[in-house]
Amino acid sequence: MRTKNTILFSLISTFFLIFLISIWKILATLQGLSINSFNIEIIFIFGFLISLAHLGIGDRIKSIYKSIIFSSIFVFCDGYLIQKLPIWYNVGVFLILYFFTNKISKYTFIGLKEEHSTQVILFDFLTLFGILFFSFVILFPFYMMLVTSFKTQIALLVNPLDFSINFGQDIKDLFKSYFVIFKSYKFGKYIVISTIVSVGTVIITLLFAIPAAYAVARLNFFGKTFLSTSILIIYMFPAIVLVIPLYTIFSQLGLRNSIEGLLIVYTATTLPVAIYMLQGYFKSIPKELEEAAILDKLSWFGIITKIIIPLSIPAISSVALYVFMIAWNEFLFSLMFLDNPNSFTLSRAIQYLSGDAETPRQYLMAGSVVVTLPVLFIFVYFEKYLVSGLTAGSVKG
Amino acid sequence: MNDTLANTEKKTAYILTLPAVLLVFSIILFPIFANIWISFKEVELKDIRIPEPRAKKIVKSVSNEPSKIKILYKLRNSSLIQEIRDVSFQDSFPKNFEIENLDPRCSYEKYNLKCEFGNWQAKYRENFQVIFATNDGSKIDKKKLKSIKPKLDGKSDNILLNTNFTLKNFKKVLFENEFVDLLLTTFYYTFFGTVGSIVFGILTAQMVNQKFYGRTFMRSVLLFPYVAPVVALAYTWELLLDPNSGTLNSLLLNYQIIETPINLLGQKYIEISVLGFEFKLRLALTTVIMFEIWRYFPLAFLFILARLQAIPKELYEAADVDGASPFQKFFNITLPQITAVISILFMIRFIWNFNKFEDVFLLTGGASGTRTLPINVYQQGFAISDIGMGSAVSIVIVVLLLMFMFFYFKLLGKRADEN
Repeated sequence: MRTKNTILFSLISTFFLIFLISIWKILATLQGLSINSFNIEIIFIFGFLISLAHLGIGDRIKSIYKSIIFSSIFVFCDGYLIQKLPIWYNVGVFLILYFFTNKISKYTFIGLKEEHSTQVILFDFLTLFGILFFSFVILFPFYMMLVTSFKTQIALLVNPLDFSINFGQDIKDLFKSYFVIFKSYKFGKYIVISTIVSVGTVIITLLFAIPAAYAVARLNFFGKTFLSTSILIIYMFPAIVLVIPLYTIFSQLGLRNSIEGLLIVYTATTLPVAIYMLQGYFKSIPKELEEAAILDKLSWFGIITKIIIPLSIPAISSVALYVFMIAWNEFLFSLMFLDNPNSFTLSRAIQYLSGDAETPRQYLMAGSVVVTLPVLFIFVYFEKYLVSGLTAGSVKG
Repeated sequence: MNDTLANTEKKTAYILTLPAVLLVFSIILFPIFANIWISFKEVELKDIRIPEPRAKKIVKSVSNEPSKIKILYKLRNSSLIQEIRDVSFQDSFPKNFEIENLDPRCSYEKYNLKCEFGNWQAKYRENFQVIFATNDGSKIDKKKLKSIKPKLDGKSDNILLNTNFTLKNFKKVLFENEFVDLLLTTFYYTFFGTVGSIVFGILTAQMVNQKFYGRTFMRSVLLFPYVAPVVALAYTWELLLDPNSGTLNSLLLNYQIIETPINLLGQKYIEISVLGFEFKLRLALTTVIMFEIWRYFPLAFLFILARLQAIPKELYEAADVDGASPFQKFFNITLPQITAVISILFMIRFIWNFNKFEDVFLLTGGASGTRTLPINVYQQGFAISDIGMGSAVSIVIVVLLLMFMFFYFKLLGKRADEN
């Protein structure tokens, strides 16, 4: 039992080590280093030996020294003897090994004898593996987006794997793609249009949604249940089904290629979400406050502006942020309704840019960075509000 | 007294909800009915433009006679296919203008030129010329004259409003257009995308439910694909997967894992042999599904995480006392607790994935075996310019969705009854 557990433990931890080093190698390759093999066999042997040696030595050496010794040996053998690579690469390998040996230091021979110990180990390592794997898989495209925007077409053709950024060069050269898209492709204008459309959608949606949500949350009227269920059903309804009729109607009314047209459609599609979220919050506000206001002969307008709105600033701001993000990211309607480059939103502009096969990819990526950054910034900054709103089932996508 | 109070409450409620309801109904519900209407018509993109009578005004001096001026109107019917009836024309002139040659169709009164041009055929064109002279001999301001625009008006049929209906579109959709293939592709895309995002959602939620350093940061990072604009993400993926110089292919070639680049988004099938069995995998479709899973698992993650955090700790403590293994705990405690949220997620994601247009459109444009129903709406309506066909496909989507929802709720209801 003990040998089996020992071998299993060593295998699992070794696979984890291979994964860590492979990711580091991929990242190093993308900095222009020529690494042509993962050397899995060698890492496997080393990792297995380190895990075994770790168990064998046990508590006889302080774990910090143990980690440093193991890491140094590995770096020396792997980096110095097998592949001659720059010092920063080896420092990285050393840190990975240090992290790894630290992680395995909590497992001992005694622990391995316990019931379910292999499952516990597997679970621990799977969690760790998952965290790193998902971080890598998610952040990698974003990383590539950013790095590509700083490269030039020629540099990428010479070595498609060299994404290192030369910070020594002139600022003008470094941000060349950004200068180009703002100067030659009028991205400044598109940012303004996108901002007007998104902020406008937020304002109109709130103007319409706050009274409606208040009525659904508080007042009794015929058709109330019908209204609140149809809000949910409309929320599920596919935008693609609306496209053709709206296109024909907007064409005949001359609303295509206009900011007004986009504002109308965006407001209508975000209203159900906004009403749904707001009425949930309004219901949680104590009724007594309004009853007092009614005795004071305050009209519904007074109740909404003097009581409801001040009390629900957090909910309103989270709805506002959501509507902003939906409008900013929206693509389908902007593709259908805008075909004049003078009225493009950012998303539509990037799609238009990509339609030309000649457009260098770094311009496309610079545009992508420009459209992504505000949204990610808002999201990270207001994360707390937004996550609670997301779980309320708010964002469609 | 009570009655009037209830009445005012009702009135207030209607006033408060009316703007929102009107807007949503006109932009969302009305188009759905309009779709049904259009889907029974033969309409093309070029038919929906309303024909307009147009006039371009050109002002010319008359040689040697500075007090005279020639005005040329280039008249035309903007439509190439439709007639305009009873075209009327009106233009106004400064107070010192006298007309020299009055066309029989026109009249000149109070410095206003009014004409009745009758009916204009499709593609109709005419050069209509008038000469004016000033009665006081003063100089003529050409620019000012040009800035006054003539007004034209006319009647025409709106193809969308007549009552000629046909079943042709639906016949074409259901029997001609490789409908089965379309349906299967949409089903694969929807089903595997939904299941994949839920599976990854469970894995990541389970992971983040553990305590570790940087957990809140991890939670934000996991949501990035969901909140970032689809345009940026799709083009980044396209760049990564590009067969010629894309990063993924370059990496795989560099590490000698593959010998020739794989066109992940442009190749319909790839042959794979597993244990001697050869089978064809739909490569581009698989890649598109991967993108879909990558982009939408965060939603499943968030919902499931919220549910996981609400599971009482005592359940796990009791399991520990009983000596349950981590996997037993997962399958016997965690999984039963999250089935309800999973079934809701399945429905939401299934419906949304079924209608997903942008992702496939931006990645492949519907080529190499990734043509789903929503893509077909766009292709029929705007690439082939057959609005009627596009509408018919939309109606098929709505009907399929309603059927899915009906069976899903029936199934859910049955299971709820059994419990």
